[in-house]
Amino acid sequence: MFRFSRRRLLLGASAGILAGVSPALLSSREYSGEMPYRPTPFPEPSHYDPTRRFLTDEERAFLEAAVDRLIPADDWPSASELGVVNFIDSELAGPFGRGAIYYTKPPFMKGTEQQGYQSGEPAKLYRTAIAEIEERVIEKHGARFAELEPEQQDEILTQLEEGEMELGEASATDFFTMLLQNTKEGYFGDPVHGGNRNMESWRMIGFPGARYDYRPYVDWHNKRVVLEPVSVAGFTRFSPEPRED
Amino acid sequence: MARIMPRKDVVIVGLGWTGSIVAQELTEEGLDVVALERGVWRATSEDFAVTNAQDEVRYRYRHELFESLSRQTLTFRNNMNEIALPMRQLGSFLPGTNVGGSGVHWNGQTWRFLPSDFVARSHNEERYGALPEDMTIQDWGVTYDDLEPHFTKFEFLCGIAGKAGNIKGELQPGGNPFEGWRSTEYPTPPMKMVYGPTLFAKASEELGYHPFPGPSANMSQAYTNPLGVSMAPCTYCGFCEKFACGNYSKATAETTILPVLMEKDNFTLRTESMVLRVLTDKQKTRATGVEYITAEGELVEQPADIVILAAYITHNVHLMLVSGIGQPYNPRTGEGLVGKNYAYQTMSGVTLFYDDDTWFNPFVGAGALGMCVDDFNGDNFDHTGLGFIGGGYLAQWQTNGRPIESQPTPEGTPKWGAQYKKAVRENYQHSISIGAHGAQMSYRQNYLDLDPTYRDAYGRPLLRMTFDFTENDYNMSNFLTDRLVDIAKVMNPKSYKVSRREGPYSIVPYQTTHNTGGHIMGASPADSVTNRFNQSWDLPNLFLMGAGNFPQNPGYNPTGTVAALAYHSAQAIREQYLSNPGPLVQA
Repeated sequence: MFRFSRRRLLLGASAGILAGVSPALLSSREYSGEMPYRPTPFPEPSHYDPTRRFLTDEERAFLEAAVDRLIPADDWPSASELGVVNFIDSELAGPFGRGAIYYTKPPFMKGTEQQGYQSGEPAKLYRTAIAEIEERVIEKHGARFAELEPEQQDEILTQLEEGEMELGEASATDFFTMLLQNTKEGYFGDPVHGGNRNMESWRMIGFPGARYDYRPYVDWHNKRVVLEPVSVAGFTRFSPEPRED
Repeated sequence: MARIMPRKDVVIVGLGWTGSIVAQELTEEGLDVVALERGVWRATSEDFAVTNAQDEVRYRYRHELFESLSRQTLTFRNNMNEIALPMRQLGSFLPGTNVGGSGVHWNGQTWRFLPSDFVARSHNEERYGALPEDMTIQDWGVTYDDLEPHFTKFEFLCGIAGKAGNIKGELQPGGNPFEGWRSTEYPTPPMKMVYGPTLFAKASEELGYHPFPGPSANMSQAYTNPLGVSMAPCTYCGFCEKFACGNYSKATAETTILPVLMEKDNFTLRTESMVLRVLTDKQKTRATGVEYITAEGELVEQPADIVILAAYITHNVHLMLVSGIGQPYNPRTGEGLVGKNYAYQTMSGVTLFYDDDTWFNPFVGAGALGMCVDDFNGDNFDHTGLGFIGGGYLAQWQTNGRPIESQPTPEGTPKWGAQYKKAVRENYQHSISIGAHGAQMSYRQNYLDLDPTYRDAYGRPLLRMTFDFTENDYNMSNFLTDRLVDIAKVMNPKSYKVSRREGPYSIVPYQTTHNTGGHIMGASPADSVTNRFNQSWDLPNLFLMGAGNFPQNPGYNPTGTVAALAYHSAQAIREQYLSNPGPLVQA
């Protein structure tokens, strides 16, 4: 009995959606009488899409310089070398940039440090903040941020971090906090999202990636476990873009 | 005009841990139960595959399992003199959404509160005299002995891995000697320990403390629960808290109850059904049902004989306030009860850094893999002259080595730049953290009410949280942190970094998803929203589940007690309420 009525419910629901009116019986979804199996992942997992771009060339140049001060090159690659700007660009062009998971209703007010982020959509914050910073940098140095010496760049980033640079409508601390966080996400996150090219940062620290079974190593007390990293995409050497070597 | 659905015996708001427990119990009684879940259906096989679950960007930082603030959030301020502003990003706590609720992404640290925790006011007053005037803690109206069978039932549902310390009054070697009595041993043996917890246990033992394996809802072995649902051994993948388990190895509603519940003809689940308010009769003597909105934007009314709120605590309290049930708490007069005694958890820790030839393999982890010490929890030690009551457990958990989130760096390391990068590289495999999971006493000035300015996506006022740590918290936390430092020194690291509980509460950094109070339970309608069975004093056919019932927050993770209260309440509905619907406790 329940199987029949359940099917009818679902049919009713989809017919309603097709007709563009309220479903005849039930909107949303109803389940009863059996363990549901719904083999379509919902929502689709986010991943890097090189065609999904938000930033202008000027903004990318700013970010390339900025993220390479946050995580500079040494024996291991810098942030931009691992694709962090691509990661940020793709994220800003997607639901994250639109603030899909944030509360973005006005009124916007400056709060205490403890009240946290009080800006709107991240993509808008990046755009406004970068424009404001470049304006001030050009005024003071007669050059764009990317053209400055590393020490000058560090000084500007420190001013942003400490809220010592006025950015008009934008909050310097909100922007800096988000930029630093997104940089770490792109550098240390799974390469399916566009950063951490070839899992270099994981190799740098010794993280084996998206493995799911470490039972053989639980009793390796004070004994190093060395495993080649693996991405959720399943490859041990995975790059979202062709390597240029 | 809302569409009116056929009446049900029971409507449950939210299908997380407590909603699933109560639904399972009440459908066993033959009742026709509908659960309304704001999120979607989620299950291990389709949504949490082992090849996909370990994605830090997707789950931890894009919040795939957490509630979306675009629909509903709360506003926050530290005190009544400030203007509360919206929590625009999740931070300090991470409530879940979708079927399974926050239980999907918990760590699985499954505690019982101490017997004295349930009588916190009378116990502490008797031992230490009068408490500070603004400290509004109280007894729960329910005792540890009342809840013991329900703790046991939940632990067997989940197959909790652990070692008993007290079976029917007999102390057991290797277990926690301070715990309340247990009717029986844990259903499964403790997790196998990695290196870090063994160092912590050895050092605490040297100091005369009593280390024991943390009680774990990650499976130490394959387990089939009393409902016939099976779980698989934990593989120590290090993606528990903030993630779903892809391996059926963490006890959640999905892996313990839903395979049985969903098969029942007298249970119906409606997803993407967001409950907007509880409906009552005009005189506010009983709940008549709930009103919800579907994904398509249709308003629907679900009448029911029994209404059960099983949403996250902030949402339970919000529903009470927007539905005009009970009197909102006013901190200035002390009158009103809904929103009173909001409390949280007081966390602190010490990170230990070792030489390059000491290897911890931090990625080999599990949510509840660790060794603990309970010598400084609750009233397990003499507080005379200390300037606080309460305490917390100390532990070394090896939960994860997730590279974005876990970047331990020594004292004085910058947050970015060349030195930061070098410090992350040099310390990732050679450091561990020990922590104090501190209690929090409730105070007059910490509370929840409705915000005067900001609204949610449905036009309702947001919940407003007014909260800060208190002197009791700081004193207690400093004491616990000093004990951690004692242990850290014996553990003999190269250096260590102390993270004390300092400064005002901030809603930004993650602390715990252990928010409590707001619809507190108690012995009398004069001081509580629900009675000892979590039944509303005002509307006897309204029951409230979850940590909102806690009058204050003891020094443990809450889920074990949340679940025990749900079983306790469900049993009272089955055995007493159904034959005689009305107040289960006479006011």
